[in-house]
Amino acid sequence: MRLLKIVPDNTNLPFVSLRKWAFGLTLLLSLAAVGLVFARGLNLGVDFVGGLMIEEKFASPPSLDKLRSTIDRLELGEARLQTVGNDNTISIKLPPPQSSDEGAANRIVQQVQLAITRDFPDARFSRQDSVSGKVSGELIWKGILAVVLAVVGIGLFAIFRFEWQFGVSTVVAIVHDVLMTLGFFALTRFEFDLNIVAAVLTIIGYSINDKIVIDDRIRENMRRYRKMDMSGIVDLSVNETLPRTVMTSVTILLALFALLIFGGPVLRGFTAAMILGIFVGTYSSIYVSSSLLITLGLRPDPSLAEPVVPANAPKPR
Amino acid sequence: MLDFPRWKVISIFAFLAALMALAIPSFLPESVTDRWGAFPHPRVNKGLDLAGGSYLLLEANTDELVKNRLEAMREQIVSQMAVGPAIPIGDIATDNGKLSFLLRNVTQLDAARERLNKLTGGVGFTGQRDWDLQVVDSSRVVMTPTEAGITAAIKEAMATATDVVRTRIDKLGTKEPTIVGQGTNRIVVQVPGLKDPQALKELLGKTAKLEFKMVADQAYTPGGIIPAGTQALPYPEGGPGAKILVKRQAILTGDQLLTAKQSFKQEDNAPIVDFGFNSEGGRKFAEITQRNTGKRFAVIVDDQVISAPRINTPILGGAGYIEGSFTVESANNLAIALSSGKLPITLKVVEERTVGPDLGQESINAGVRASAIAVILVIVFMIVTYGRFGFYADYAVIINVVVIMGVLALLNGTLTLPGIAGFVLTIGTAVDANVLINERIREERRRGRSVIQSVELGYKEASRTIFEANATHAISGVIMLMLGSGPVKGFAVVLLIGIATSVFTSVTFTRMLVVLWIRRNRPTEINI
Repeated sequence: MRLLKIVPDNTNLPFVSLRKWAFGLTLLLSLAAVGLVFARGLNLGVDFVGGLMIEEKFASPPSLDKLRSTIDRLELGEARLQTVGNDNTISIKLPPPQSSDEGAANRIVQQVQLAITRDFPDARFSRQDSVSGKVSGELIWKGILAVVLAVVGIGLFAIFRFEWQFGVSTVVAIVHDVLMTLGFFALTRFEFDLNIVAAVLTIIGYSINDKIVIDDRIRENMRRYRKMDMSGIVDLSVNETLPRTVMTSVTILLALFALLIFGGPVLRGFTAAMILGIFVGTYSSIYVSSSLLITLGLRPDPSLAEPVVPANAPKPR
Repeated sequence: MLDFPRWKVISIFAFLAALMALAIPSFLPESVTDRWGAFPHPRVNKGLDLAGGSYLLLEANTDELVKNRLEAMREQIVSQMAVGPAIPIGDIATDNGKLSFLLRNVTQLDAARERLNKLTGGVGFTGQRDWDLQVVDSSRVVMTPTEAGITAAIKEAMATATDVVRTRIDKLGTKEPTIVGQGTNRIVVQVPGLKDPQALKELLGKTAKLEFKMVADQAYTPGGIIPAGTQALPYPEGGPGAKILVKRQAILTGDQLLTAKQSFKQEDNAPIVDFGFNSEGGRKFAEITQRNTGKRFAVIVDDQVISAPRINTPILGGAGYIEGSFTVESANNLAIALSSGKLPITLKVVEERTVGPDLGQESINAGVRASAIAVILVIVFMIVTYGRFGFYADYAVIINVVVIMGVLALLNGTLTLPGIAGFVLTIGTAVDANVLINERIREERRRGRSVIQSVELGYKEASRTIFEANATHAISGVIMLMLGSGPVKGFAVVLLIGIATSVFTSVTFTRMLVVLWIRRNRPTEINI
């Protein structure tokens, strides 16, 4: 049986020579992402802005105008309607109640549900979130703190296990990944909620995984080919690990697409973020973190003893 | 390389089999495992997003507690100074979080101090007291609650509140609620499979402070003066916005209540709440009703007058009923609230997440379907790419999925919807270890090493990378576990268990499979 090889043996793609262009592109995209986030803002879920979210499932797609007028009649502030997954499920978002009375949110939910069941007898309650302004503020901080801690923690780990250059380049690459994800959410206006923070942390975890694999190979090759210049080593290492990079991305993408298509509407934003993250993370492993190592002045140390002599070492390219 | 002793093989299989066995109860219906009795059957709990139900974050109003504590101290001082040889005091005030009063006779300062000391107490083991006592201008006594005293009072109130919340929820007849304190002034309540979350929230929002006060002789006039010693309280029975004047002093409180239950009035079958006092409360109640026959008293719950009946005959049995415009549900709710004791502190719902039972089931179905498809896709892809070695990896992945379930059950963990996503992702990352190993073997073969050498080096070199990659991955998992809430935590747990188990299944276990195969067949060429 002939086995599938997505990446041919002994590839020799000149990744490093493209790095100036790649840096430009990366910078441009990152700035665009930041700009998008500031210009358009994120479509924050009730987790982060506070308020109420009521999700109702209908037997057939309801008329959004009719639904809107049903809710507007209650005069609860500006309602935002959004379909979730298929057109049958609608999420209704309302601002937090003005009154500080603890029963207020409760009553609003009851009011909305009553009004909807009166006008749409086929509606069924599916879920409801209500988050007070105070808690949503805390959740934002916790989310930011989690991402910052993850980046710092991983950076420290990389410095501890490798050289400082690895730590710095990895952190820069992760910041890039996070920015791209945020930009994606600003562009698509997908809802940004707590689950997406989990997705961002997972993207960070995956992306770092990818970088460690390449970094590990770079370190190994630095010891093996002491006299090779750094761009040669990076090119060699990226090429050597390319089959693994592609294989792993493909398997995870297979799993994620299964989740995206069959996993139900609740996880859709999460999965979409993850899929984007796989692409972004893979890109940044090659063009941000590895290439940055050269710029940061990492080079093989000729004084290091040659550890393992490969049986059939390829000629340095 | 080929050295893989039999005991090692047996212990690896035994270890994995034991972990997998732990997962079995989670796949069986509860009716089956319930019959096992004492036989251990750890289960994976379904998170609220899968089982349907409510998550409530309750926050206590600590400012109010501090205020109430001042007021209580004020009452205690007034009554303490009046007993025995009275110590006349005046100008008692509570403001700026302090309590102060004037001593009419300066020579009584030491006597007053002695009585006040009885009202305060120590906090913890540090010898600190819960109130600071100061004398200003030789006749004004200022009492300031200490930080430690306030903290201790909040702690105690929260412990009681948690108990009261638990009692109330238990009385609603829900199964397996989780009620835990969070931080200093919060309680997390998780109730799976709840039909009516509104009722739960109403119940928890009630302080259930029951008081009996005499109705004042004067009638309430809106905007008019409220005579000293009386207060105007809302009285919904009298129409919207109606109020009634009652005496400030409570003649009896709910503290002496023994039972409360919903029932029906004999005459007209209206829903009422029956209650019974303990012996002390019953005696007091009898005494008061005897003394005040013909007058009206007010039944007050949470500063709202529920009813204001006239005492026609003395009530001697220590039992009575509260009537009002109740429905069966509201009467039942009040009965539950009264009988579970009053909340020492008001609770407010600051966060709520409720998932209907239908969505929960749909999510499970979708999640299971997606996982199954993901597993099949990955399995096929691995075999197509790595042949026999891919098959071993698949074998490891399937075992890994079951092992994660087993470990999750052992830890009494909760599976949430993001947790299912965590499973799918773990499937992806678990094979990554095998991808790393297999790619390394391919590489070493290309470099011209022998089969055995390549396999050995493949595992050895890749193991280091796998360890480092998983360690960093675990860092983000731990952070999610620490800072995430509910569903996200569920995701982090699965991810972390998956990282730990996958290193074992994809490295140790597959290495064993490969070694056993090589030892049996001594291949000189491998198809990888």
